[in-house]
Amino acid sequence: MSNGNTAWSTFADGIWKNSPTLTLLLGMCPMLATSSSVMNALGMGMAATFVLVMSNIFISALRNIIPKQMRIPCFIVVIATFVTIVDLVMAAYSPGLYKSLGIFIPLIVVNCIVLGRAEAFAYKNGIASSMLDGVGMGIGFTVGLFLMSTFREILGNGSFLNLPLFGPSFSPVLIMIMPPGAFMTLGFLIALKSYLDKRQKKGA
Amino acid sequence: MKSLVITSSPHVRSIERLTDVMYDVVIAMIPAVLVSIYFFGLQSLLITVTAVVGCMAFEALFLKIAGKTNIRATVLDGSAIVTGILIALNLPPTSPIWMTLIGSLIAIIVAKQVFGGLGYNIFNPALVARVFLLISFPVQMTRWVNPSFFKGDAITAATPLGMLKTDGLATVSKTFSHLDFFLGTIGGSLGEVSAVALLIGGLYLLMRKVISWEIPVSMLGSLFIFTGIFWMLDKARYADPIFHILTGGALLGAFFMATDMVTSPITRKGMLIFGAGIGVLTGLIRLFGGYPEGVSFAILIMNSLVPLIDKYTEVKKFGLVKVKA
Repeated sequence: MSNGNTAWSTFADGIWKNSPTLTLLLGMCPMLATSSSVMNALGMGMAATFVLVMSNIFISALRNIIPKQMRIPCFIVVIATFVTIVDLVMAAYSPGLYKSLGIFIPLIVVNCIVLGRAEAFAYKNGIASSMLDGVGMGIGFTVGLFLMSTFREILGNGSFLNLPLFGPSFSPVLIMIMPPGAFMTLGFLIALKSYLDKRQKKGA
Repeated sequence: MKSLVITSSPHVRSIERLTDVMYDVVIAMIPAVLVSIYFFGLQSLLITVTAVVGCMAFEALFLKIAGKTNIRATVLDGSAIVTGILIALNLPPTSPIWMTLIGSLIAIIVAKQVFGGLGYNIFNPALVARVFLLISFPVQMTRWVNPSFFKGDAITAATPLGMLKTDGLATVSKTFSHLDFFLGTIGGSLGEVSAVALLIGGLYLLMRKVISWEIPVSMLGSLFIFTGIFWMLDKARYADPIFHILTGGALLGAFFMATDMVTSPITRKGMLIFGAGIGVLTGLIRLFGGYPEGVSFAILIMNSLVPLIDKYTEVKKFGLVKVKA
Protein backbone atom coordinates (compact mmCIF):
# COMPACT_ATOMS: atom_id res chain seq x y z
CA MET A 1 0.00 0.00 0.00
CA SER A 2 2.65 2.50 0.95
CA ASN A 3 6.10 2.54 -0.57
CA GLY A 4 9.34 3.00 1.34
CA ASN A 5 9.59 6.71 0.74
CA THR A 6 6.26 7.69 2.25
CA ALA A 7 6.74 5.29 5.17
CA TRP A 8 10.03 7.01 5.91
CA SER A 9 8.54 10.47 5.68
CA THR A 10 5.61 9.43 7.90
CA PHE A 11 8.18 8.48 10.49
CA ALA A 12 10.71 11.27 10.00
CA ASP A 13 8.32 14.22 9.63
CA GLY A 14 7.33 14.04 13.27
CA ILE A 15 10.90 14.20 14.51
CA TRP A 16 11.92 17.56 13.11
CA LYS A 17 9.92 18.94 10.18
CA ASN A 18 6.54 18.66 11.91
CA SER A 19 7.98 18.59 15.40
CA PRO A 20 4.89 18.50 17.64
CA THR A 21 6.18 21.00 20.15
CA LEU A 22 8.24 23.35 17.98
CA THR A 23 6.12 23.50 14.83
CA LEU A 24 2.62 22.22 15.59
CA LEU A 25 2.74 23.81 19.07
CA LEU A 26 0.97 20.84 20.62
CA GLY A 27 1.59 19.47 24.09
CA MET A 28 2.71 22.82 25.46
CA CYS A 29 1.55 22.13 29.00
CA PRO A 30 3.79 19.09 29.72
CA MET A 31 6.53 20.74 27.63
CA LEU A 32 6.63 23.79 29.89
CA ALA A 33 6.03 21.95 33.13
CA THR A 34 8.30 18.94 32.93
CA SER A 35 11.34 20.40 31.19
CA SER A 36 13.01 21.76 34.33
CA SER A 37 15.40 18.81 34.40
CA VAL A 38 16.64 16.46 31.68
CA MET A 39 15.64 13.39 33.71
CA ASN A 40 12.03 14.53 34.04
CA ALA A 41 11.92 15.50 30.38
CA LEU A 42 13.15 12.10 29.17
CA GLY A 43 10.73 10.31 31.50
CA MET A 44 7.84 12.39 30.23
CA GLY A 45 8.94 11.95 26.60
CA MET A 46 9.16 8.18 26.87
CA ALA A 47 5.84 7.86 28.69
CA ALA A 48 4.11 9.98 26.07
CA THR A 49 5.79 8.09 23.20
CA PHE A 50 4.55 4.76 24.56
CA VAL A 51 0.99 6.04 24.87
CA LEU A 52 1.18 7.67 21.45
CA VAL A 53 2.40 4.54 19.65
CA MET A 54 0.01 2.13 21.37
CA SER A 55 -3.05 4.36 21.04
CA ASN A 56 -2.24 5.06 17.37
CA ILE A 57 -2.02 1.31 16.69
CA PHE A 58 -5.28 0.49 18.48
CA ILE A 59 -7.27 3.39 17.12
CA SER A 60 -6.08 2.60 13.63
CA ALA A 61 -7.08 -1.06 14.10
CA LEU A 62 -10.50 -0.09 15.44
CA ARG A 63 -11.11 2.76 13.00
CA ASN A 64 -13.67 0.85 10.97
CA ILE A 65 -15.87 -0.02 13.92
CA ILE A 66 -15.65 3.32 15.76
CA PRO A 67 -18.71 5.38 14.74
CA LYS A 68 -17.79 8.84 13.52
CA GLN A 69 -20.09 10.66 15.94
CA MET A 70 -18.70 8.81 18.93
CA ARG A 71 -15.02 8.86 18.00
CA ILE A 72 -13.66 11.27 20.64
CA PRO A 73 -14.99 9.31 23.66
CA CYS A 74 -13.71 6.11 22.05
CA PHE A 75 -10.24 7.66 21.55
CA ILE A 76 -10.20 8.81 25.17
CA VAL A 77 -11.03 5.33 26.44
CA VAL A 78 -8.21 3.77 24.38
CA ILE A 79 -5.71 6.47 25.40
CA ALA A 80 -6.72 6.30 29.08
CA THR A 81 -6.08 2.57 29.09
CA PHE A 82 -2.45 3.04 28.05
CA VAL A 83 -1.95 6.01 30.35
CA THR A 84 -3.12 3.85 33.25
CA ILE A 85 -0.57 1.20 32.26
CA VAL A 86 2.22 3.81 32.16
CA ASP A 87 1.05 5.30 35.43
CA LEU A 88 1.08 1.98 37.30
CA VAL A 89 4.35 0.75 35.74
CA MET A 90 6.10 4.00 36.58
CA ALA A 91 4.77 4.03 40.15
CA ALA A 92 6.07 0.49 40.62
CA TYR A 93 9.50 0.70 38.97
CA SER A 94 10.65 4.30 39.24
CA PRO A 95 8.84 5.93 42.16
CA GLY A 96 11.26 8.87 42.22
CA LEU A 97 10.48 9.92 38.66
CA TYR A 98 6.80 9.15 39.23
CA LYS A 99 6.75 11.50 42.17
CA SER A 100 8.49 14.37 40.38
CA LEU A 101 6.29 14.11 37.27
CA GLY A 102 3.20 13.95 39.49
CA ILE A 103 -0.05 14.98 37.84
CA PHE A 104 1.52 15.22 34.39
CA ILE A 105 1.47 11.44 33.88
CA PRO A 106 -2.34 11.11 34.26
CA LEU A 107 -2.67 14.27 32.19
CA ILE A 108 -1.23 12.47 29.13
CA VAL A 109 -4.85 11.35 28.62
CA VAL A 110 -5.74 14.81 27.42
CA ASN A 111 -2.38 15.52 25.79
CA CYS A 112 -3.21 17.19 22.50
CA ILE A 113 -0.41 15.42 20.62
CA VAL A 114 -1.90 12.02 21.43
CA LEU A 115 -5.47 13.10 20.74
CA GLY A 116 -4.40 15.11 17.71
CA ARG A 117 -2.58 12.22 16.05
CA ALA A 118 -5.47 9.88 16.79
CA GLU A 119 -7.88 12.28 15.10
CA ALA A 120 -5.67 13.52 12.27
CA PHE A 121 -3.74 10.39 11.41
CA ALA A 122 -4.58 7.06 13.04
CA TYR A 123 -8.32 7.34 12.36
CA LYS A 124 -7.60 7.66 8.63
CA ASN A 125 -4.56 5.45 8.03
CA GLY A 126 -3.44 1.83 8.27
CA ILE A 127 -1.93 0.20 11.33
CA ALA A 128 1.69 0.13 10.11
CA SER A 129 1.87 3.76 9.08
CA SER A 130 -0.05 4.84 12.20
CA MET A 131 2.56 3.11 14.30
CA LEU A 132 5.37 4.85 12.39
CA ASP A 133 3.62 8.17 12.83
CA GLY A 134 3.32 7.52 16.55
CA VAL A 135 7.00 6.62 16.88
CA GLY A 136 8.08 9.69 14.86
CA MET A 137 5.85 12.09 16.78
CA GLY A 138 6.88 10.54 20.09
CA ILE A 139 10.56 10.96 19.25
CA GLY A 140 9.87 14.52 18.08
CA PHE A 141 8.17 15.32 21.38
CA THR A 142 11.05 13.77 23.31
CA VAL A 143 13.62 15.68 21.24
CA GLY A 144 11.80 18.97 21.89
CA LEU A 145 11.65 18.22 25.61
CA PHE A 146 15.29 17.15 25.62
CA LEU A 147 16.52 20.35 23.93
CA MET A 148 14.50 22.54 26.22
CA SER A 149 15.39 20.71 29.42
CA THR A 150 19.10 20.57 28.52
CA PHE A 151 19.17 24.33 28.12
CA ARG A 152 17.14 24.93 31.27
CA GLU A 153 18.96 22.47 33.51
CA ILE A 154 22.46 23.60 32.48
CA LEU A 155 21.67 27.28 32.98
CA GLY A 156 19.25 27.04 35.87
CA ASN A 157 20.87 24.31 37.92
CA GLY A 158 24.42 24.11 36.53
CA SER A 159 24.02 20.40 35.89
CA PHE A 160 23.15 17.84 33.22
CA LEU A 161 21.22 14.72 34.24
CA ASN A 162 21.90 15.81 37.83
CA LEU A 163 25.69 15.75 37.30
CA PRO A 164 27.16 19.12 38.28
CA LEU A 165 29.00 20.70 35.36
CA PHE A 166 30.59 23.75 36.91
CA GLY A 167 32.55 24.46 40.06
CA PRO A 168 30.93 25.70 43.26
CA SER A 169 31.60 29.31 42.29
CA PHE A 170 28.99 29.09 39.51
CA SER A 171 25.75 30.77 40.46
CA PRO A 172 22.87 29.22 38.53
CA VAL A 173 20.35 31.41 36.73
CA LEU A 174 17.50 30.25 38.97
CA ILE A 175 14.79 31.79 36.84
CA MET A 176 15.52 29.25 34.10
CA ILE A 177 14.12 26.33 36.11
CA MET A 178 11.08 28.38 37.10
CA PRO A 179 8.01 28.92 34.89
CA PRO A 180 9.19 32.22 33.33
CA GLY A 181 12.37 30.49 32.18
CA ALA A 182 10.27 27.79 30.52
CA PHE A 183 8.31 30.32 28.49
CA MET A 184 11.45 32.21 27.47
CA THR A 185 13.28 29.05 26.44
CA LEU A 186 10.29 27.82 24.44
CA GLY A 187 10.07 31.15 22.62
CA PHE A 188 13.73 31.10 21.69
CA LEU A 189 13.60 27.45 20.57
CA ILE A 190 10.59 28.09 18.31
CA ALA A 191 12.38 31.13 16.88
CA LEU A 192 15.51 29.05 16.25
CA LYS A 193 13.47 26.30 14.57
CA SER A 194 11.71 28.69 12.21
CA TYR A 195 15.02 30.44 11.47
CA LEU A 196 16.61 27.11 10.50
CA ASP A 197 13.55 26.14 8.42
CA LYS A 198 13.67 29.45 6.58
CA ARG A 199 17.36 29.10 5.86
CA GLN A 200 16.86 25.56 4.59
CA LYS A 201 14.05 26.68 2.31
CA LYS A 202 16.23 29.43 0.90
CA GLY A 203 19.08 27.00 0.28
CA ALA A 204 16.89 24.41 -1.46
CA MET B 1 19.25 67.46 0.77
CA LYS B 2 15.93 68.92 1.72
CA SER B 3 13.02 66.64 1.01
CA LEU B 4 9.74 67.83 -0.41
CA VAL B 5 7.16 68.57 2.26
CA ILE B 6 3.52 68.29 1.33
CA THR B 7 1.05 69.35 3.98
CA SER B 8 -2.56 70.21 4.37
CA SER B 9 -4.27 71.16 7.65
CA PRO B 10 -2.39 72.91 10.40
CA HIS B 11 0.43 70.73 11.65
CA VAL B 12 2.36 71.30 14.80
CA ARG B 13 6.04 71.54 13.99
CA SER B 14 8.52 70.62 16.65
CA ILE B 15 12.23 70.22 16.62
CA GLU B 16 12.00 67.77 19.51
CA ARG B 17 13.55 64.49 18.53
CA LEU B 18 13.80 61.10 20.15
CA THR B 19 17.49 61.60 20.75
CA ASP B 20 16.94 64.92 22.53
CA VAL B 21 14.40 63.33 24.86
CA MET B 22 16.75 60.46 25.63
CA TYR B 23 19.69 62.72 26.38
CA ASP B 24 17.45 64.84 28.64
CA VAL B 25 16.72 61.68 30.62
CA VAL B 26 20.44 60.95 30.79
CA ILE B 27 21.10 64.46 32.15
CA ALA B 28 18.33 63.99 34.72
CA MET B 29 19.98 60.82 35.99
CA ILE B 30 23.39 62.43 36.46
CA PRO B 31 22.73 63.62 40.05
CA ALA B 32 21.71 60.10 41.10
CA VAL B 33 24.78 58.60 39.42
CA LEU B 34 27.08 61.17 41.03
CA VAL B 35 25.59 60.52 44.46
CA SER B 36 26.09 56.78 44.01
CA ILE B 37 29.74 57.33 43.08
CA TYR B 38 30.15 59.59 46.11
CA PHE B 39 28.64 57.01 48.44
CA PHE B 40 29.85 53.74 46.99
CA GLY B 41 33.07 54.75 45.30
CA LEU B 42 34.47 53.73 41.94
CA GLN B 43 32.65 50.41 42.09
CA SER B 44 29.41 52.16 41.19
CA LEU B 45 31.05 54.03 38.32
CA LEU B 46 32.31 50.68 37.06
CA ILE B 47 28.80 49.17 37.25
CA THR B 48 27.27 52.12 35.41
CA VAL B 49 29.88 52.08 32.63
CA THR B 50 29.60 48.29 32.27
CA ALA B 51 25.83 48.45 31.99
CA VAL B 52 25.83 51.25 29.42
CA VAL B 53 28.57 49.73 27.27
CA GLY B 54 26.92 46.31 27.62
CA CYS B 55 23.54 47.61 26.46
CA MET B 56 25.00 49.38 23.44
CA ALA B 57 27.14 46.39 22.49
CA PHE B 58 24.27 43.90 22.76
CA GLU B 59 22.03 46.17 20.75
CA ALA B 60 24.62 46.50 17.99
CA LEU B 61 25.20 42.74 18.04
CA PHE B 62 21.49 41.95 17.80
CA LEU B 63 20.90 44.41 14.96
CA LYS B 64 23.85 42.95 13.09
CA ILE B 65 22.58 39.38 13.44
CA ALA B 66 19.06 40.45 12.49
CA GLY B 67 20.46 42.05 9.33
CA LYS B 68 19.33 45.61 10.08
CA THR B 69 21.02 48.44 8.22
CA ASN B 70 20.69 51.48 10.49
CA ILE B 71 22.77 50.02 13.32
CA ARG B 72 24.73 53.18 14.10
CA ALA B 73 21.68 55.43 14.37
CA THR B 74 19.75 52.95 16.53
CA VAL B 75 22.59 52.30 18.94
CA LEU B 76 23.33 55.99 19.32
CA ASP B 77 19.70 57.13 19.72
CA GLY B 78 20.28 57.27 23.47
CA SER B 79 17.70 54.68 24.48
CA ALA B 80 20.35 52.03 25.12
CA ILE B 81 22.28 54.52 27.26
CA VAL B 82 19.15 55.31 29.29
CA THR B 83 18.44 51.60 29.76
CA GLY B 84 22.05 50.99 30.79
CA ILE B 85 22.08 53.74 33.42
CA LEU B 86 18.68 52.61 34.74
CA ILE B 87 19.94 49.03 35.09
CA ALA B 88 22.96 50.31 37.03
CA LEU B 89 20.73 52.41 39.30
CA ASN B 90 18.70 49.28 40.03
CA LEU B 91 21.66 47.14 41.08
CA PRO B 92 23.28 46.84 44.49
CA PRO B 93 26.76 48.40 44.77
CA THR B 94 28.38 44.97 45.14
CA SER B 95 27.11 43.62 41.80
CA PRO B 96 29.73 41.56 40.00
CA ILE B 97 30.56 42.55 36.42
CA TRP B 98 29.11 39.37 34.90
CA MET B 99 25.76 39.98 36.56
CA THR B 100 25.60 43.53 35.21
CA LEU B 101 26.32 42.17 31.73
CA ILE B 102 23.60 39.50 32.00
CA GLY B 103 21.22 42.28 33.03
CA SER B 104 22.13 44.32 29.93
CA LEU B 105 21.67 41.26 27.72
CA ILE B 106 18.21 40.51 29.11
CA ALA B 107 17.11 44.15 28.93
CA ILE B 108 18.20 44.78 25.37
CA ILE B 109 17.65 41.44 23.70
CA VAL B 110 14.80 39.80 25.60
CA ALA B 111 12.83 42.83 26.75
CA LYS B 112 13.44 45.23 23.87
CA GLN B 113 14.69 43.87 20.56
CA VAL B 114 12.75 40.61 20.52
CA PHE B 115 9.55 42.64 20.83
CA GLY B 116 10.60 44.76 17.85
CA GLY B 117 12.89 47.40 19.31
CA LEU B 118 12.22 50.83 20.76
CA GLY B 119 8.56 51.73 20.67
CA TYR B 120 7.30 48.16 20.55
CA ASN B 121 8.45 46.83 23.91
CA ILE B 122 5.61 46.09 26.31
CA PHE B 123 7.74 46.07 29.44
CA ASN B 124 10.35 48.51 30.66
CA PRO B 125 13.66 46.86 29.65
CA ALA B 126 15.63 47.96 32.72
CA LEU B 127 12.97 46.58 35.04
CA VAL B 128 12.77 43.27 33.21
CA ALA B 129 16.53 43.02 33.74
CA ARG B 130 16.20 43.87 37.42
CA VAL B 131 13.45 41.34 38.08
CA PHE B 132 15.27 38.67 36.05
CA LEU B 133 18.41 39.20 38.13
CA LEU B 134 16.51 39.43 41.40
CA ILE B 135 14.80 36.09 40.82
CA SER B 136 17.88 34.41 39.37
CA PHE B 137 20.58 35.62 41.74
CA PRO B 138 18.85 36.42 45.03
CA VAL B 139 22.15 36.31 46.96
CA GLN B 140 24.09 38.73 44.77
CA MET B 141 21.09 41.01 44.31
CA THR B 142 20.56 41.57 48.02
CA ARG B 143 24.13 42.10 49.18
CA TRP B 144 23.97 45.68 50.39
CA VAL B 145 26.70 47.77 51.91
CA ASN B 146 26.57 50.91 53.98
CA PRO B 147 27.57 53.96 52.04
CA SER B 148 31.00 55.12 53.10
CA PHE B 149 32.95 58.16 52.09
CA PHE B 150 36.24 56.33 52.22
CA LYS B 151 36.90 53.36 50.06
CA GLY B 152 37.55 50.10 51.79
CA ASP B 153 35.45 50.24 54.93
CA ALA B 154 32.13 49.29 53.45
CA ILE B 155 30.14 47.13 55.83
CA THR B 156 27.29 44.88 54.82
CA ALA B 157 24.00 46.37 55.79
CA ALA B 158 20.31 45.89 55.18
CA THR B 159 18.15 48.31 53.27
CA PRO B 160 15.53 50.08 55.39
CA LEU B 161 12.76 48.13 53.66
CA GLY B 162 14.59 44.83 54.11
CA MET B 163 15.12 45.63 57.77
CA LEU B 164 11.44 46.51 58.13
CA LYS B 165 10.47 43.11 56.76
CA THR B 166 12.84 41.06 58.91
CA ASP B 167 13.43 43.06 62.10
CA GLY B 168 10.30 45.19 62.39
CA LEU B 169 9.68 48.87 62.61
CA ALA B 170 11.35 49.52 65.96
CA THR B 171 14.81 48.54 64.66
CA VAL B 172 14.41 50.69 61.59
CA SER B 173 13.50 53.84 63.49
CA LYS B 174 16.40 53.23 65.87
CA THR B 175 18.88 52.97 62.97
CA PHE B 176 17.73 55.61 60.53
CA SER B 177 16.13 59.02 60.57
CA HIS B 178 14.09 60.53 57.75
CA LEU B 179 17.05 62.78 56.97
CA ASP B 180 19.10 59.65 56.20
CA PHE B 181 16.54 58.57 53.61
CA PHE B 182 16.41 62.03 52.15
CA LEU B 183 20.16 62.43 51.78
CA GLY B 184 20.86 58.80 50.99
CA THR B 185 23.04 57.67 53.88
CA ILE B 186 21.36 54.25 53.84
CA GLY B 187 22.03 50.89 52.24
CA GLY B 188 20.42 50.19 48.89
CA SER B 189 20.74 50.00 45.13
CA LEU B 190 22.90 52.60 43.40
CA GLY B 191 19.94 54.74 42.46
CA GLU B 192 17.57 54.30 45.35
CA VAL B 193 19.62 55.70 48.18
CA SER B 194 19.37 59.43 47.74
CA ALA B 195 15.89 60.88 47.54
CA VAL B 196 17.19 64.40 46.98
CA ALA B 197 19.22 63.45 43.88
CA LEU B 198 16.22 61.68 42.39
CA LEU B 199 13.97 64.66 43.11
CA ILE B 200 16.40 67.02 41.34
CA GLY B 201 16.41 64.73 38.29
CA GLY B 202 12.65 64.34 38.37
CA LEU B 203 12.05 68.09 38.60
CA TYR B 204 14.42 68.61 35.66
CA LEU B 205 12.41 66.15 33.56
CA LEU B 206 9.14 67.84 34.55
CA MET B 207 10.55 71.27 33.71
CA ARG B 208 11.80 70.08 30.33
CA LYS B 209 8.36 68.51 29.77
CA VAL B 210 9.93 65.15 29.04
CA ILE B 211 7.53 63.63 31.55
CA SER B 212 4.18 64.95 32.73
CA TRP B 213 3.07 65.18 36.34
CA GLU B 214 0.25 62.62 36.21
CA ILE B 215 2.16 59.37 36.66
CA PRO B 216 4.60 60.44 39.42
CA VAL B 217 1.91 62.29 41.35
CA SER B 218 -0.72 59.56 41.17
CA MET B 219 1.83 56.84 41.90
CA LEU B 220 3.39 58.52 44.93
CA GLY B 221 -0.01 59.83 46.05
CA SER B 222 -1.67 56.44 46.03
CA LEU B 223 1.34 54.87 47.75
CA PHE B 224 1.14 57.62 50.38
CA ILE B 225 -2.59 57.12 50.93
CA PHE B 226 -2.40 53.32 50.93
CA THR B 227 0.48 53.06 53.40
CA GLY B 228 -0.98 56.01 55.35
CA ILE B 229 -4.21 54.10 56.03
CA PHE B 230 -2.28 51.20 57.54
CA TRP B 231 -0.05 53.56 59.50
CA MET B 232 -3.11 55.20 61.03
CA LEU B 233 -4.50 51.81 61.96
CA ASP B 234 -1.38 50.54 63.73
CA LYS B 235 1.49 52.96 64.20
CA ALA B 236 3.66 50.43 65.99
CA ARG B 237 3.57 47.93 63.17
CA TYR B 238 3.43 49.86 59.91
CA ALA B 239 5.92 52.49 58.83
CA ASP B 240 4.68 55.97 58.07
CA PRO B 241 3.87 56.99 54.48
CA ILE B 242 6.82 59.39 54.18
CA PHE B 243 9.12 56.46 54.95
CA HIS B 244 7.55 54.48 52.10
CA ILE B 245 8.00 57.28 49.62
CA LEU B 246 11.60 58.08 50.53
CA THR B 247 12.93 54.52 50.71
CA GLY B 248 13.38 51.84 48.11
CA GLY B 249 12.73 52.47 44.47
CA ALA B 250 9.58 54.58 44.84
CA LEU B 251 11.07 57.87 43.63
CA LEU B 252 13.33 56.21 41.05
CA GLY B 253 10.33 54.31 39.72
CA ALA B 254 7.97 57.26 39.81
CA PHE B 255 10.18 59.64 37.86
CA PHE B 256 12.36 57.46 35.66
CA MET B 257 10.74 54.09 35.06
CA ALA B 258 6.95 54.34 35.30
CA THR B 259 7.10 57.39 33.02
CA ASP B 260 8.84 55.55 30.19
CA MET B 261 6.86 56.79 27.16
CA VAL B 262 6.74 53.45 25.41
CA THR B 263 5.38 51.48 28.32
CA SER B 264 2.93 53.96 29.85
CA PRO B 265 -0.57 55.07 28.73
CA ILE B 266 -0.97 58.01 26.38
CA THR B 267 -4.10 59.65 27.76
CA ARG B 268 -4.16 61.82 30.88
CA LYS B 269 -6.84 59.73 32.57
CA GLY B 270 -4.94 56.58 31.62
CA MET B 271 -1.76 57.93 33.21
CA LEU B 272 -3.61 58.65 36.45
CA ILE B 273 -5.03 55.12 36.56
CA PHE B 274 -1.63 53.65 35.67
CA GLY B 275 0.19 55.58 38.40
CA ALA B 276 -2.46 54.79 41.01
CA GLY B 277 -2.23 51.10 40.14
CA ILE B 278 1.54 51.12 40.61
CA GLY B 279 1.25 52.91 43.96
CA VAL B 280 -1.33 50.50 45.38
CA LEU B 281 0.48 47.41 44.08
CA THR B 282 3.76 48.67 45.52
CA GLY B 283 2.09 49.20 48.89
CA LEU B 284 0.49 45.75 48.80
CA ILE B 285 3.78 44.01 47.96
CA ARG B 286 5.74 45.98 50.58
CA LEU B 287 3.25 45.40 53.38
CA PHE B 288 2.02 41.90 52.64
CA GLY B 289 4.26 40.39 49.93
CA GLY B 290 7.24 38.09 50.14
CA TYR B 291 9.72 40.66 48.87
CA PRO B 292 10.64 43.76 50.89
CA GLU B 293 10.44 45.98 47.79
CA GLY B 294 7.73 45.92 45.14
CA VAL B 295 8.15 48.93 42.84
CA SER B 296 9.69 46.93 40.00
CA PHE B 297 7.02 44.23 40.11
CA ALA B 298 4.26 46.82 40.39
CA ILE B 299 5.47 48.75 37.34
CA LEU B 300 5.84 45.59 35.25
CA ILE B 301 2.34 44.41 36.19
CA MET B 302 0.88 47.78 35.23
CA ASN B 303 2.97 47.82 32.01
CA SER B 304 1.07 44.75 30.91
CA LEU B 305 -2.24 46.57 31.43
CA VAL B 306 -1.29 49.64 29.38
CA PRO B 307 -3.02 48.55 26.13
CA LEU B 308 -6.22 47.90 28.10
CA ILE B 309 -6.01 51.24 29.92
CA ASP B 310 -5.41 53.04 26.63
CA LYS B 311 -8.41 51.32 25.10
CA TYR B 312 -10.83 52.37 27.82
CA THR B 313 -9.56 55.92 28.27
CA GLU B 314 -9.51 56.75 24.59
CA VAL B 315 -10.34 60.40 24.07
CA LYS B 316 -13.70 60.93 22.42
CA LYS B 317 -13.28 62.47 19.02
CA PHE B 318 -14.96 65.82 18.52
CA GLY B 319 -18.40 65.44 17.02
CA LEU B 320 -18.48 61.69 17.33
CA VAL B 321 -21.90 60.36 18.27
CA LYS B 322 -22.39 56.86 19.48
CA VAL B 323 -25.21 55.16 17.61
CA LYS B 324 -27.19 52.63 19.55
CA ALA B 325 -27.00 49.31 17.82
